[in-house]
Amino acid sequence: MKLITVAGPPSSGKTSVIIRLIECMDMPKSSIGVVKFDCLTSFDNLRYNEANIPNETGFSGKICPDHFFVSNIEDAVQWGIESNFEMLITESAGLCNRCSPYINGILSICVIDNLSGINTPRKIGPMLKFADIVVVTKGDIVSQAEREVFTFNIKQVNTSAKVIFVNGITGQGSFLLTKYLKQTQDIVTLKDMKLKFTTPAAVCSYCTGETKIGDLYQMGMMKKMEFNKL
Amino acid sequence: MMTEDLFSILHNQNLDEVLKTYPIVMDFLANYRLEDIPKDKPFIEALNQADDEILEEFGVDQYSMLLSLHSFLKTFTSEETALASVSSLTILGGFNKSREAESVSLKIQSGEIISIVGPTGSGKSRLLNDIECLAQEDTPTGRKILVNDREIDEDSRFEIEGKLVAQLSQNMNFVMDLTVQEFLEMHAKSRLTPKAKIVIEKCFTCANDLAGEKFSKDTKVTQLSGGQSRALMIADTAFMSNSPIVLIDEIENAGIDRRQAIELLARNDKIILVSTHDPLLALSADKRVVIKNGGMYKIIETSEEEKQSLAAIEKLDNIQHMLRQKLRFGHCITEDIFENLQIR
Repeated sequence: MKLITVAGPPSSGKTSVIIRLIECMDMPKSSIGVVKFDCLTSFDNLRYNEANIPNETGFSGKICPDHFFVSNIEDAVQWGIESNFEMLITESAGLCNRCSPYINGILSICVIDNLSGINTPRKIGPMLKFADIVVVTKGDIVSQAEREVFTFNIKQVNTSAKVIFVNGITGQGSFLLTKYLKQTQDIVTLKDMKLKFTTPAAVCSYCTGETKIGDLYQMGMMKKMEFNKL
Repeated sequence: MMTEDLFSILHNQNLDEVLKTYPIVMDFLANYRLEDIPKDKPFIEALNQADDEILEEFGVDQYSMLLSLHSFLKTFTSEETALASVSSLTILGGFNKSREAESVSLKIQSGEIISIVGPTGSGKSRLLNDIECLAQEDTPTGRKILVNDREIDEDSRFEIEGKLVAQLSQNMNFVMDLTVQEFLEMHAKSRLTPKAKIVIEKCFTCANDLAGEKFSKDTKVTQLSGGQSRALMIADTAFMSNSPIVLIDEIENAGIDRRQAIELLARNDKIILVSTHDPLLALSADKRVVIKNGGMYKIIETSEEEKQSLAAIEKLDNIQHMLRQKLRFGHCITEDIFENLQIR
């Protein structure tokens, strides 16, 4: 089974891109499954169901979404293999720019949209930096110049990424993306494989349910801001 | 050779010297929140004084920072490749929606203007898509696109992707909050345009020529009218973007001189494909492809006779333009205007 990880900020068009992509893959619908990693609620399952794409959704809830991803990804892979998928696509919403649910040797796709602001690529961090392919959506409603500046800003952060413009509504551009997907290696397990980037450190009192504010209640891993005297 | 040079520059030159040659390095530093590292030392030594925590947060160490700066510089200093030299584009026919073979093929030379006509939903966009992804008999239409008479292998297809084709369409807008001047500067920077100042000036003058109403360099791009935006996008695509092929999807009624716009693009040796319902644009093209039932059905070369009727269409168009101007300047549109007009 092939595994593809897709990440991107909320509402950047991940689900649309994945659905267009699957339509374009020219494979039986039941042979490609999707696992959606989300935080609190998600309505994407409705869209996958509508498109007859087998899917499963997991909510990280109070757990850091990145940690949640790592601790469930191998189970997702085994679910995919048991379901006889030829390809499994994981979709995760990167909630802080720090997130990057990518694994070495596994094709990683970052989806960002052209409307999110021209400097956004420079702010996204590991999720963009460690992606093999960067898919840019909503390019059809901005000028050629803005698309080019956007690409330039992506290249600033990730010089080796392939940048592909995909129209999530018409599917334009998804064809080329399928070519990359077909080139990926088959896997049977992720055991012993490594994440491309460390997950956020989070072992402090607030991780374990503390809600009160103040030095007295802060314990464990902390990082303090510096405020300069004016 | 080039690679080695960059490495030795980064190793030996102080950062401020490097910045003088490659101002773009400042962007690299900003991306890692390293703007404030000392500039009077070579990069690696300057890094020694950077906050370790920052490097850790970005998941890098000093050596990998050097490598990334190197590949960053390499990406942004490399010469544009063979792309710029597209002299012809050939579309070999595939199938229409009923799986019947398309009987026509089309070879387009640079500087040529081709219009694509056909009812809505007939497959005009499909053809533009095939060109954009350099179809190799692997899209639903089975068409094959040749560049300079040659087939494209998979590798170069991925390489080329995205840089070959610039697109312009009716529903495009500016979303960044910049003035016209800042916008052009930003685009010039990202294109690494040499002689940026001259090119920016050219874009600006030309956009103003195309637009019905003039605008200044201090105008915010988001405040431009539809016509002014279109004019700026076209001038910008003509002079700044280096994609050799321009796909235009419906620019009628955009409040600009459409013919002048198309000719401006073609003059810069680009291949222009215009999907349109507008007779003026369609006849301004050298050839037009008629799409029917998803397939290229006919190719009509614009004849001398047709070119002559272009004059009549232009007259009609000018009348429209005149009426629009009258509206704009607060005149009344009364019947006597039409009595003085000779339409033939």
